Amino acid sequence: MSENRKLIKIATAGSVDDGKSTLIGRLLYDTKSLTTDKIEAIERSSKQRGYDYLDFSLATDGLVAEREQGITIDVAHIYFNTNKTNFIVADTPGHVEYTRNMVTGASTSQVAIILIDARKGVIEQTFRHFFIANLLRISHVVVAINKMDLVNYDEEVYLNIKKDFDELVAKSDFAEDQITFIPVSALNGENIATKSKEMPWYVGNTLLDHLEVLEPADLQESSVARFPIQYVIRPKTEAFHDFRGFSGKLYGGSLKVGDEVTLLPSLNTSKIKSIHFFDQEVEEAAPGSSIAVTLETEVDLSRGDMLVKSDAIPKSEKQITATICQVNRKELRVGAKYILQHGVNRVLAKVEQIESRIHTDFSGKEEAEELKLNDIGKVKFKLSKPIHFDSYQANKSNGSFILIEEGEFDTVSVGFID
Amino acid sequence: MNNLLIPNPKEAESIHIIREVAAQFERPVLLFSGGKDSITLVRLAQKAFYPAKIPFPLLHVDTGHNFPETIEFRDKLVAELGLELIVRNVQDSIDQGKVREERGRYSSRNSLQTTTLLDAIEELKFDACIGGARRDEEKARAKERVFSVRDDFGQWDEKNQRPELFDMLNGKIHVGQNVRCFPISNWTELDVWEYIKAENIEIPSIYFAHKREVFFRDGMIWTASEHVFREEYEEVMEKMVRFRTVGDMTCTAAVLSEAVSLDDVVGEIRDSTISERGARIDDKRSEAAMETRKKVGYF
Repeated sequence: MSENRKLIKIATAGSVDDGKSTLIGRLLYDTKSLTTDKIEAIERSSKQRGYDYLDFSLATDGLVAEREQGITIDVAHIYFNTNKTNFIVADTPGHVEYTRNMVTGASTSQVAIILIDARKGVIEQTFRHFFIANLLRISHVVVAINKMDLVNYDEEVYLNIKKDFDELVAKSDFAEDQITFIPVSALNGENIATKSKEMPWYVGNTLLDHLEVLEPADLQESSVARFPIQYVIRPKTEAFHDFRGFSGKLYGGSLKVGDEVTLLPSLNTSKIKSIHFFDQEVEEAAPGSSIAVTLETEVDLSRGDMLVKSDAIPKSEKQITATICQVNRKELRVGAKYILQHGVNRVLAKVEQIESRIHTDFSGKEEAEELKLNDIGKVKFKLSKPIHFDSYQANKSNGSFILIEEGEFDTVSVGFID
Repeated sequence: MNNLLIPNPKEAESIHIIREVAAQFERPVLLFSGGKDSITLVRLAQKAFYPAKIPFPLLHVDTGHNFPETIEFRDKLVAELGLELIVRNVQDSIDQGKVREERGRYSSRNSLQTTTLLDAIEELKFDACIGGARRDEEKARAKERVFSVRDDFGQWDEKNQRPELFDMLNGKIHVGQNVRCFPISNWTELDVWEYIKAENIEIPSIYFAHKREVFFRDGMIWTASEHVFREEYEEVMEKMVRFRTVGDMTCTAAVLSEAVSLDDVVGEIRDSTISERGARIDDKRSEAAMETRKKVGYF
């Protein structure tokens, strides 16, 4: 499947009226990803509503409730491709109360597109979106300054917004080369897929060209190998009588046959005997592979345990501190107990202390009794058993977790370990 | 032996999801329609557990109006891979008086399947149903989770979905609830076809161009069959057609095609300007057709 095409995952963020849906609709239209029947449906709806232009936002605003309210209320996934690249867009709403949606969408993305309305410039919402991109350590941010048609394609406006945004960048962990500014008009298709004739002063790439030159390898964290055991494969057939395969998805680094490995929590050591992917055996597997491995020695290893290379062992602790984003209406309070899911492993967790609520506009933090939906805060937990983790900064997949409450089993929080 | 495995990210993600289903649930089942998406799921499940067998059965909800080629294919696949197949029939739900056959020009058993499916879930106590739905198929599907919790009535509450962060899947449920699991959520139609080609996966013959008795209605090509309502003035003719999606006869339209090989089909999909669901008669009923069906438990 599309082996020759690379895969880039993008999260989009913008306020209600920044024209985000229009931008995505435009990307789909310009890459010929909208089919005749979808374009017809858009034409029909646009006409019904009395618009004299094609309302591309209708291509993405999915649910009935949204169509009624005219706003996007949940994360929608949109797919398009060019000859070189497969794109997945997580379209996340920009309301103040929808922080959780952007965190959710951004958690699986390598790139974030932050939309700014050229008439309004950098507003509080922009701070919040950029704050989340920073918190989740998104590899690359594109700042799309939209609606340039409504400010006469004025370079001055663009430069002022860029200057304001650069002040934010200075407060963040991003390096300058991780941020790219592009002036666009999504409605008119300026600098989306075709270079704008209205803005000759802009010499950079169009949005699509820019997204295409990004390399997924550069966008991936390079770290050390972490192999959480998902499922133990025991065929018990004649041909594979003694086969015991430990299956899972490999994160961070590669694994090789012959590697010295340590098993957690037992701290037993062994060596990788074979690596299987379906009916083939491979010498080495790159990160991101869903594989099964067998070991040289008989060991006790089951779901939720972790296999790592012996020269790079993660921390194992029963007390952790993490930045929490509350993604459910149920509040997080001191003393509350949760199921903590770290990768595929589950332990019980108790909230020991809420150290602070963090302002999502880079303005600092405050004391807090509880964390409400969309709040971000620093929290200390005590766990029923140690988990084997890295800091989120060092390894995203092994440094993040979710909290599940025990009533409805809803996912109530996401955590990024210090 | 190959030296280095470079993962196909979408395939690796799907295998990860399928293993999570097997690990997190007690009685998962794979909903098998005989269509290309569920056939792809079977291959991914093989890969997830090889050299062991797929650790869950297949469930086919048979409307009784399926293309015979699909049923033949299903039985052959099940026999070859040594899978367990469970079949439940919409006809039984009709005979039991639980649902009523639709009448008239657009009558279909498609929406009746929901009742048969929910009954099967209850009878066989399945807690997870793996399906081949993809988010690119339809607008309402674009917001579907990979693990989608349904209540006792099979209902989908789109406003109250669990957020899915990174690739951590929360399949914790109460007794009576079940989860619909969608391992190929992030695949596009083209991804599926390119995968079938790359993996050399066998698919039912109706996906390739063949001569068929058809008639034209509302700009779509309908199969001429005793199961499909047809007005006298709707003239039957023989055409070279193929199917892009395989539901039952009453809800699946054909497209004119000369594509007789996988290469041809992939080429056709790549250049295609009509979306896959454009050939689904059931979605044309209204703009919100899919969302309305999903709320009441449609797969």
